[in-house]
Amino acid sequence: MIDLRHVSKTFRKKEELVDAVRDISLTIAQKEIVAVIGPSGCGKSTLLNMIAGLYTPSSGSIAYKGAQVSDVNTDVGYMTQKDNLLPWRTVRDNIAFPLELAGVAKSERAERADQVIKHVGLDGFAHRYPHELSGGMRKRACLARMLLYGAETALLDEPFAALDAQLKLAMHDLLLKLATETGQTVVLVTHDLMEAVTLADRVVVCTRRPAMVALEQRIELKRPRDVLNVRFTNAFKELYDTLWERLRVEYHEERV
Amino acid sequence: MTSPDADAVPTSLRDDAANAATRGLGSGFMVTCQVGLGITLLLLWQGASGRLVDNFFISNPLDVGTRLMGWIADGSLFLHMWATIYATLMGFLVGSVGGLILGIWLGVSPFTSRLLNPYLNALNALPKVALAPLFVLWFGLGIESKIALAAVLVLFLVFLNTYAGVREVDQDLIDSARLMKATRAQVIAKVIIPSAMSWVFAGLKISVPYALIGAVLGEMIAANRGLGYLVQFSGSQFDSAGVFAVLIVIALLAVALNFLVEIVQHRMERWRIVGR
Ligand SMILES: Nc1ncnc2c1ncn2[C@@H]1O[C@H](COP(=O)(O)OP(=O)(O)OP(=O)(O)O)[C@@H](O)[C@H]1O
Ligand SMILES: [Mg+2]
Repeated sequence: MIDLRHVSKTFRKKEELVDAVRDISLTIAQKEIVAVIGPSGCGKSTLLNMIAGLYTPSSGSIAYKGAQVSDVNTDVGYMTQKDNLLPWRTVRDNIAFPLELAGVAKSERAERADQVIKHVGLDGFAHRYPHELSGGMRKRACLARMLLYGAETALLDEPFAALDAQLKLAMHDLLLKLATETGQTVVLVTHDLMEAVTLADRVVVCTRRPAMVALEQRIELKRPRDVLNVRFTNAFKELYDTLWERLRVEYHEERV
Repeated sequence: MTSPDADAVPTSLRDDAANAATRGLGSGFMVTCQVGLGITLLLLWQGASGRLVDNFFISNPLDVGTRLMGWIADGSLFLHMWATIYATLMGFLVGSVGGLILGIWLGVSPFTSRLLNPYLNALNALPKVALAPLFVLWFGLGIESKIALAAVLVLFLVFLNTYAGVREVDQDLIDSARLMKATRAQVIAKVIIPSAMSWVFAGLKISVPYALIGAVLGEMIAANRGLGYLVQFSGSQFDSAGVFAVLIVIALLAVALNFLVEIVQHRMERWRIVGR
């Protein structure tokens, strides 16, 4: 489905070169949920930007369903790390934006938007403006908008970082349910190893900058998963410890 | 160009705060003081005229009032006022539509804007008033040449502000719309224009007085009606009372226009078109 071949990305700012991603090769299958984890600033967002077609790789190639990604990739829904809500639109109009672009009638737009608004727990805030929301609420609005866009692949950049533990669980549950229902492929960037193991079929650990693949770990936990209780199983604990050991090395090297 | 953050948005806040402060002191008292000051100044003027300064230079309030009453009685004042108002409004309309279109078009076409950049800079640096003789040649002595002068002044202000507003649009917002299959037209209509709106309104707001300047100047250069013509004509007749009378009318007109702008801005803010 998504094929990265020896992808590297170097940013050039005058004389200074920043290697953000180096020689990443990764194949993501249809309906797979892949979590990417790695130290802050290692190049994870850059990687998603390249899959979305917003950045072009400095070398290597990215294919989406066999076709080279050269322009913006409209087959993916991208929930960026920064919330890109339109500040002059209400929450509902923001969430319904992809439907509006597709020419869906107004009443249907409102109806479908209100449905996802309820899913992400923003009921009562449909008529507020983004600057009237908390950071976590804005994130949920972005998630709702992405869900409504209904792309076959979802790219999520730290989608749940700003949420409290309770809400995080609810959102995990929602994401898994909807991904299974619609057969979505999901690429998820996160700093939360617990989250990564809970949600993913595969966890990719990145090295510190420039990002390379340090470890790929299959997560063979049965589905559907109980997002609250799966973490108390032995299988989970083993996977978690293996990954943590590898991550610790990265974080440690980062510090010295 | 004027940043909306520096101009349009905080002005009203400042006004609100100032109003609240004076209201606390009793605005009735303040108005009494202001009227008292006005009357005192008029009395000083009347007293000084003919005694301290020659009446020929500064006239006096009674003569000015008589001149105004005379023009009101024979209806000529309204004829001239209407000519100026019409030229101002039409000039504002034409100039702002032109500036808006130019600003958006160049804002979204990097190649063309770089191509035209030196020429636009040269045109902008040119004192637009110097174009007046050209407009008289092109559009004649009638109202059209005044509209053209007002429009040119407005056009550049609105253009520069709109252009800056379009260039300021957050690229991430554009990217996120494009990822959701927005066409180029949709990106312009639903992301770029709304995002540039507060800049556009700042440009429109500062250009209103310039429309009046353009109209009056145009009338002073070549016309047979309008307040600019009247002030020019009175001056050439050595009629200082007439000159002062027209100046008062122009000042009142300017105040009325500013008031109108305030009202419109207030409405816009309520509809959340301006601001965040
Ligand atoms: N547009 C850009 N221009 C120049 N440098 C950039 C750009 N985007 C990212 N970088 C650099 O690339 C590196 C990786 O950035 P990136 O945003 O991908 O990190 P990240 O892994 O997502 O970090 P975090 O976990 O903190 O979000 C950083 O050093 C950053 O400074
Ligand atoms: Mg990031």
